[in-house]
Amino acid sequence: MNSTAHNFKSNARVALGDQQLQSALGNLKGGLVANRTKARAALPEFEALRDVAKDIKNHTIANLDLYLEIYEQNARAAGAVVHFAETAADARDIILKICRDANAKIVTKGKSMVSEEIGLNAHLEAAGGIEVVETDLGEYLVQIRKETPSHIIAPAIHLTQGQVEADFRRLHTHLPKDRVLVEPAQLVNEARGILRQKFMTADVGITGANFLIAETGSSIIVTNEGNGDLTQSLAKTHVVITSIEKLVPTLEDLSTILRLLARSATGQECSTYMTLSTGGRRVNDHDGPPNYHVVILDNGRTDLIGTEFQDVLRCIRCGACMNHCPVYGAIGGHAYGWVYPGPIGSVLTPALIGVKEAGNLPNASTFCGKCADVCPMKIPLPDLMRHWREAEFDLGDLPRGYRTGLAGWAFFARRPRLYHLAAKVGIPLLSLFGRRGRFSSLPFAGGWTRYRDLPAPQGRTFQQLWAERQAGVTR
Amino acid sequence: MSTRDHDNKAARAQMFAKLQRALKDGPAQSARRTHVEGRVADPPNHPLPERVRRSRNELRMQFKAFLEGQSASVLEVAGAGDVPAAIANWLRGHNLPLTVRMGDDAALAELPWSREPALLRENGPAKESDTTGLSHAFAGIAETGTLALTSGPDNPVTLNFVPENHVIVLADADLVGPYEEVWTRLRQRFGKGQMPRTVNFISGPSRTADIGGKLVTGAHGPRRLCVVLVSEPMT
Amino acid sequence: MPLDTSKTTTKPQVGLFVTCLVDLMRPSIGFAAVKLIEAAGCDVVVPPSQTCCGQPAYNSGDKATTSAIARATIAAFEGFDYVVAPSGSCAGMIKGHYPDLLKTDPEWSKRAVALASKTYELVSFLVDVRAISSVDAELKVRATYHDSCSGLRELKIKSQPRTLLASVKGLDLVEMEENEVCCGFGGTFSIKYPDISNAMVQKKADFASATKPDLLLAGDLGCLMNMAGKLKRQGSRIEVRHIAEVLAGDLSAPAIGEA
Repeated sequence: MNSTAHNFKSNARVALGDQQLQSALGNLKGGLVANRTKARAALPEFEALRDVAKDIKNHTIANLDLYLEIYEQNARAAGAVVHFAETAADARDIILKICRDANAKIVTKGKSMVSEEIGLNAHLEAAGGIEVVETDLGEYLVQIRKETPSHIIAPAIHLTQGQVEADFRRLHTHLPKDRVLVEPAQLVNEARGILRQKFMTADVGITGANFLIAETGSSIIVTNEGNGDLTQSLAKTHVVITSIEKLVPTLEDLSTILRLLARSATGQECSTYMTLSTGGRRVNDHDGPPNYHVVILDNGRTDLIGTEFQDVLRCIRCGACMNHCPVYGAIGGHAYGWVYPGPIGSVLTPALIGVKEAGNLPNASTFCGKCADVCPMKIPLPDLMRHWREAEFDLGDLPRGYRTGLAGWAFFARRPRLYHLAAKVGIPLLSLFGRRGRFSSLPFAGGWTRYRDLPAPQGRTFQQLWAERQAGVTR
Repeated sequence: MSTRDHDNKAARAQMFAKLQRALKDGPAQSARRTHVEGRVADPPNHPLPERVRRSRNELRMQFKAFLEGQSASVLEVAGAGDVPAAIANWLRGHNLPLTVRMGDDAALAELPWSREPALLRENGPAKESDTTGLSHAFAGIAETGTLALTSGPDNPVTLNFVPENHVIVLADADLVGPYEEVWTRLRQRFGKGQMPRTVNFISGPSRTADIGGKLVTGAHGPRRLCVVLVSEPMT
Repeated sequence: MPLDTSKTTTKPQVGLFVTCLVDLMRPSIGFAAVKLIEAAGCDVVVPPSQTCCGQPAYNSGDKATTSAIARATIAAFEGFDYVVAPSGSCAGMIKGHYPDLLKTDPEWSKRAVALASKTYELVSFLVDVRAISSVDAELKVRATYHDSCSGLRELKIKSQPRTLLASVKGLDLVEMEENEVCCGFGGTFSIKYPDISNAMVQKKADFASATKPDLLLAGDLGCLMNMAGKLKRQGSRIEVRHIAEVLAGDLSAPAIGEA
């Protein structure tokens, strides 16, 4: 997928002025956020489980070579074809070849952020003769608008019901013009009818995987709509596209982490459907895909092991960090400019497409800490964003004005005598210009005073007044 | 556009080599292997929520409450003999055709279907025209109000998703507390490390909140889910 | 800063970390802090060799400058029984981040950890360390309180300010919606991303205004300047103040952004 992360600032400005988007984002608080709060309260062990889950994933990453080997062995033994893709291009080629070999005309897809990461749909469609159909309702809504998901679990969270109705009327022209589409249920039904036909006629079904289980060689998808299951059960070929860090060692490890996933994501006790798949159709089976492929993508993840960014590999893609992020809540997901928005995206995106392209993302955080607070895997997201800022600083990538300002400040901050001397002179001067106790504009603080007044200094520094008071006392 | 030929063997070797380089600062692979293989052979238990350790009756009530909270129906019947009537009545109550699609499951086959002669049974995987699928659950999980189904000729996986209505029969003896008991039972039934092709956990009818954040049931899978909980052991 | 050994006192010696914002912008908060710490039975010393905790550099990725500032701060304050700052953000920096920042240097790491263990934000110092549950102040106002992020999440400051505010005679605390959500200040964030920062502080101002308070309080001057700046630009009459000024019962200085 092409990135507009370098345009973050202007993306954000557009998003802030988009009334439809702002109205849609208003649904976050009463929905996903409130639901998580409830679900967490209903499971007293939630906090303790976070520590256990964190340990499980840390252990897995520290032994990823071995668990990958065990997974592969067990998956193959169960009839899976396991493919290794070092890069996005490799993964695209592998999947296109599978589709070609299956003589695929229609490819249905369950929700997969990894498939977005590798730009799969565009690649398959550009190859010619293949129709790719997103079947997760939110993904479908996004696909028919030629957009990308703006959230990793609620891809169409940026859309209002009215926009969906307009899109359906524009595209589903074979249906009666005077049909009623007032209720969400009516819209869901219409999509259901259309996508049913795709499920029934699909040649290849592609899904992601929430986890791979080494012990059994299984993949698992966690969904609510059932579209992932229809995708993977009805086509002759099921392709799982997933990434290397999705491994967990055992079923016990899986169930422990699953206790956190849905509660953190949608605030459900568990998702409606959790499906473990191991190999393709068995000898006596009446249904299921005869061919079961698993494509395991690296795409730079291994490079993070052993670095200060390793913790990000614990991510289980629940979306809690973005649901709770005040920056995400203000601008939505598209402004981030690539596949993964919100705090997790601000850490992951520079790792996957480079800090030069995505440097704005880890900077666009107040470090309020809410993301780390709600992350079920206890990923220290603000710390990781800070590490990207360090990388940027070390590369000398800061804007010149900012760098000069910082260097000037640092010069004084490291020299207390000069600092206090400068403050003693500068502050009273500055305070003289602050009318009514504040500035409505200042030449060096335009970003601030465009929207806010800047409170003026009281007049003299504390150190100055304190020194005088001490002198008075001893005198 | 042409595809580059992907050399999977080479890519595999590259990825493993890269992983080992990335892990080089840790203990040697040979030193880690014993522990890792032991951990997979004998998976450690993790803490379980208090709610899975309640009395049998409380677990049953919890199971029912969670499912009903997800707008599923739960019918409690005394014995296997009551199942056909319970299913037929539920179908009638929803004005549904008295036909169910089912697999080769022996316990389901042995139910006294003759007591409900109007209720037709069709055998095999789901067809697009099927209105109701009938399955026999491998287990029920009280922790979250969830059914665990295993795929195979007995209970074809398409029955769970294609028909608009899904009826699942669960023997009370198969109702467990946590997911971990399902793992134990799977290992007993299928062998350690072996799995049925799919294990499907189902906790209600299909649902979505993708339009305006409003919850709608019946997204792509079943619109209705009915669980028949049978108190006495089934064959 | 060596302790003044001429004083023979058994009172705990508190080094006041004034914070750069309070030093430069609003000394009245510093004096309110001194009053409260002294009333809690401690002696206050203000080392003149302090400047800033280093967060502007730290959060801009400049570790070298931050480490230099951290070392200087540790050297200036390690002789005291406690270090207290009228800011959750700066206290959190010393308490949470200095040890992390200096962890690769064995000697400084030890000193950083030692300093961290005795560093506190003002209000939590009063309540948690000095076991103060009430202050001697009276103020007939309706107030609302914003939980600043670092204090709330890094230092778990939530009940302490409310405990002390409840003891102010006549003060009626009305909680606003989303009182735990960031106000959009974020230090340099407010200057680097003014559009987003504005959207956040706009929301905060709306929620605060909805409680129709006389006073909007918080424990961090950065957040207060941001919120006051927004409210004053909107022409709001809500007075914005640091909680220390209210607890010390000294509102003689005009509110933030007012003359």
